[in-house]
Amino acid sequence: MKNKRSRRLSGGLKAAFSNRSFVIGFVITAIVVVVALFPQVFATHDPNALSPTEVLAGPSSAHFFGTDNYGRDVFSRCIWATRMDLQIGLISASIPLVVGSIIGLLAGFYGGIVDTLFMRLLDVVMAFPFTVLVIAIMAILGQGIQNMYIAIWIIGWVAFAKLVRAEVLVVKNSEYVMAARIMGFSDRRILLRHILPNTISSAIVYFTSYIVICMLTGASLSFLGLGVQPPTSEWGSLMNMGRGYINNAPWMTIFPGLFLAITGVGLSLIGDGMTDFLRTKGR
Amino acid sequence: MARLTYILKRILQMIPVLFVVIVLIFVMIRLIPGDPARLMLGETAVEADVEALREAMGLNEPYTTQFAIFFKNLLHFDFGNSLLYKTSCIDLVKERLPLTVSLTVVATLFSLLISIPLGFVAGLHKDKASDQAIRISALAAISMPTFWVGLLLMIAFSVKIRIFPAGGWGTTPLEHLQGLILPGIAQALMTAALLMRNLRNSVVDISRMDYVDFAVSKGVSTRRVRSAYIMKNSLISTITLLSTRITYMLGGSVVIETVFSLPGCGKLLVDAIFARDYAMVQCMVFIFALIVLLVSLITDIIYSFIDPRITL
Repeated sequence: MKNKRSRRLSGGLKAAFSNRSFVIGFVITAIVVVVALFPQVFATHDPNALSPTEVLAGPSSAHFFGTDNYGRDVFSRCIWATRMDLQIGLISASIPLVVGSIIGLLAGFYGGIVDTLFMRLLDVVMAFPFTVLVIAIMAILGQGIQNMYIAIWIIGWVAFAKLVRAEVLVVKNSEYVMAARIMGFSDRRILLRHILPNTISSAIVYFTSYIVICMLTGASLSFLGLGVQPPTSEWGSLMNMGRGYINNAPWMTIFPGLFLAITGVGLSLIGDGMTDFLRTKGR
Repeated sequence: MARLTYILKRILQMIPVLFVVIVLIFVMIRLIPGDPARLMLGETAVEADVEALREAMGLNEPYTTQFAIFFKNLLHFDFGNSLLYKTSCIDLVKERLPLTVSLTVVATLFSLLISIPLGFVAGLHKDKASDQAIRISALAAISMPTFWVGLLLMIAFSVKIRIFPAGGWGTTPLEHLQGLILPGIAQALMTAALLMRNLRNSVVDISRMDYVDFAVSKGVSTRRVRSAYIMKNSLISTITLLSTRITYMLGGSVVIETVFSLPGCGKLLVDAIFARDYAMVQCMVFIFALIVLLVSLITDIIYSFIDPRITL
């Protein structure tokens, strides 16, 4: 049994790696992850070292991306920020993936009052623009990164639940689920062994783009000053600092955003590749 | 007649959602540690004023009475006075709403202008070089933070080449429009990319449909097949996505208005959060929810006109 599953998995990986988008995305993301894990290897300077003689210096061989208003090296600050931003993306997105999938699975499978309640809740969450709702929740909880996570968690599960629920409704009446029922398998076994593996793929594809959404939201909130607080390096808050010097030191704004965009492209390519691959598999 | 019943039914469906939204806003201020009246008036307020507001909000009464008072005020759009601006919240919203609505309209127009032609070109030339190039640009656009795009546009077109103002929205209608161009483009880019992808995929799907093959074999000209069969039908499927994106862009005004120092609703909300101006926050959250519900209502009504398959 175990052997069979691992064979299925390696077959899936092989198919994924023959997809060009997926491979390019995987390479970009792998590089970003390595940078996040070992920033000290890539950074050329101490990200917090002040250098009053080199304030707002342009890009040069000494400072690849120039320096900021305290003379700190922008390149090294961008490198160190990678860890923070990747962490924001992963932490904010993974809890909604797990919680939302479980709720979607249960709501779709059992229907009834749980399902109705869930659908009404969905309507309410959908009645707010995403950013406004996150900010409103942060108005209650207060500013800072932990409260930002909580705010995104409270809203994020809805999308995953909706996706998984829709898939469950289709699969629930399929022949193999009927067969499993007739065999007298428990609900738990049917849900975990038969329904979950066949419904989770769209949620996992959405997860990669949701990481990007969370990173962009996190950066936006930090840019507004609500999320990560200085002096911690984070791309959004670096751009917030750069904003005041946009006339004479645009590099303070341009480069952190570039890091964020490249990371986003990497993850989006993985998601695109998986969508292509799942679509052809389905046919 | 059937349409009128459908619209009425949709409005009735909105009521429970709106009610829950109102309850959430009512609960919001009561979840924050501290006395709500004190929170609304700020730490420097005199005890007599706080006591007066406590009385007015019914804070010494049970929650049901408090909610009744809150609900009654809300029906008159009375959210009290802003702590930060010292004037009525709803008056501030009335003053600032035109900017945010115009910004969203400008952004929507830009996103349609970009996405419709590109989406069709990509879909009709599936897997050709033009399709690949358009898809790659869309992917990049989806991964870029809106405020960064805004800042880049500002560096390029207000700092380097001085064509557009770096922020603010002036006093005359022309200045208003000039002030909305750069934030509008920044706001539109991600939406354009998402719409374009959606359009491309539906063009590809619809081109494979039997009725398209039938029209071609019947001898209908390529141009007519493209405009009357493919374009029309793929645009219909894009409307739902457009309505959710309009909602998202409305929320995005929070960030982009801050970047371009535009005095709109988004900026109002952000400033209110920093000033702990809770009356203003409550008011803004309600207004945003109301607009979103209206947008989705309008979308459904438009749908009922253009898609005959909708059962009224």
